[in-house]
Amino acid sequence: MKALAFASRNSKEILRDPLNLAFGLGFPLALLFLLSAIQSNIPVSLFDLKNLTPGLAVFGLSFISLFSGTLIAKDKGASFLMRLFASPLSAFDFIAGYTLPLLPMAIAQSVITFIVAFFLGLSININILLALVVLIPSAILFIAIGLLAGSILNDKQVGGICGALLTNLCAWLSGTWFDLNLVGGTFKTVAEALPFVHAVNATKAAVAGNYASIMPELYWVIIYALVVFVLATIAFKSKMRNEEN
Amino acid sequence: MDEVKCAIETVDLCKKYRSKTVVDKLNLSVQQGEIFALLGENGAGKTTTIKMLSCLLPPTSGDAKIMGHSILGNVTEIKQLMNVSPQETAIAPNLTAKENLELIAEIYGSTKVEARKKADQMLTLFGVSSQANDRAKTFSGGMQRRLSIAMALITDPKILFLDEPTLGLDVLARRELWHVIEKLKDNVTIILTTHYLEEVEALSNRVAILAKGKLKAIGTVEELMKKTNTKTFEDAFVALASESEVTK
Repeated sequence: MKALAFASRNSKEILRDPLNLAFGLGFPLALLFLLSAIQSNIPVSLFDLKNLTPGLAVFGLSFISLFSGTLIAKDKGASFLMRLFASPLSAFDFIAGYTLPLLPMAIAQSVITFIVAFFLGLSININILLALVVLIPSAILFIAIGLLAGSILNDKQVGGICGALLTNLCAWLSGTWFDLNLVGGTFKTVAEALPFVHAVNATKAAVAGNYASIMPELYWVIIYALVVFVLATIAFKSKMRNEEN
Repeated sequence: MDEVKCAIETVDLCKKYRSKTVVDKLNLSVQQGEIFALLGENGAGKTTTIKMLSCLLPPTSGDAKIMGHSILGNVTEIKQLMNVSPQETAIAPNLTAKENLELIAEIYGSTKVEARKKADQMLTLFGVSSQANDRAKTFSGGMQRRLSIAMALITDPKILFLDEPTLGLDVLARRELWHVIEKLKDNVTIILTTHYLEEVEALSNRVAILAKGKLKAIGTVEELMKKTNTKTFEDAFVALASESEVTK
């Protein structure tokens, strides 16, 4: 009940900020339109919707980190979190309250991305539903990154780390814009050690109906999500125990 | 002091950060229904004391009892009994005034129906009913501060910590807030920190003066002026804040 009341507040805070909607939905969709338009004017298959849509769905989720991180950091900076820390809310209530509203938002964002892709020519079938399920661990990973960043950084730092660095890492190291094999070497090794390309590959496999290829890729995302979520919980609990700001 | 009427009692309460002692063996007691002012310069240890008493910071040593519950062990019970209005305005900016109030009521265990009813009562008490559905970020500084205090009171706390409630407010907004705080006298135990000495004179029953983490003096405004043989409370404060031993 307490966690739900807090979650409801967090939903309102995020959804009532027009910048969140502009970045979270507008930016990935604008890229989808733009790259589809480019694809329709070039002879080679560079931005095929079957490959592009999963990439942009994952890219769009990276903004979820910005939302959650900024919200927590702003609460911290404005003493709102101090008020809440003095309340009977438990650590579980806080983590649930910050996580629960973002999960449906992340799923809705992915659904909208696929709907727009459908209007641009992507064929819709049961595999799209599977892709939406496959995107859930990625959504949890990005929510956890936001929780971690918001717990240890201020809102300006969160803007830099999640808004600039993370979205760029996610964009360039996910294989969305170009095949990582084209670059190869250290770039490819680093990209494959991070979860972003695996999130995109798992979603691509789901869309293409290559079911056997999903889990080997998704394990990377699930393990990263678990580790970052545990780290975020530790960081947040530490902040709760020792409110020094 | 009668144990039953004691809202807060600290015993050798200490907070250290590495080698720096921020609060040094604080011993004081506050009666139920009192407005008790904590005074001191910046860095005197006022906010740290409030944070320890409201279970936001663990003490390095010592203990404090809040309505008989130790801050070392009964944190859940204590949090249900008290509320805090932090130094900076602590509101959810994109929520309306009513939503802010309902949120806090629900977090402290009220049902949605109860929260709605309590929020309406607070909006009336604090004179913000006409702006109940306006987002808090559109409010003036004074209005935001009033909403922040209303959010602390909606849970019907036995103890309320007001950390510099009128900081940065203009004279009229400050006087309005004083009026609100005065109305709470006798019903809620209030721990008030402020830099405005006239606020202390107008509102508080008793005053504790801290300097460099140590309790320098405790008593009513009149008692402290008499002890220091000064004509104004400001002179008394200056004299006591620079003394080395505790004056009781």
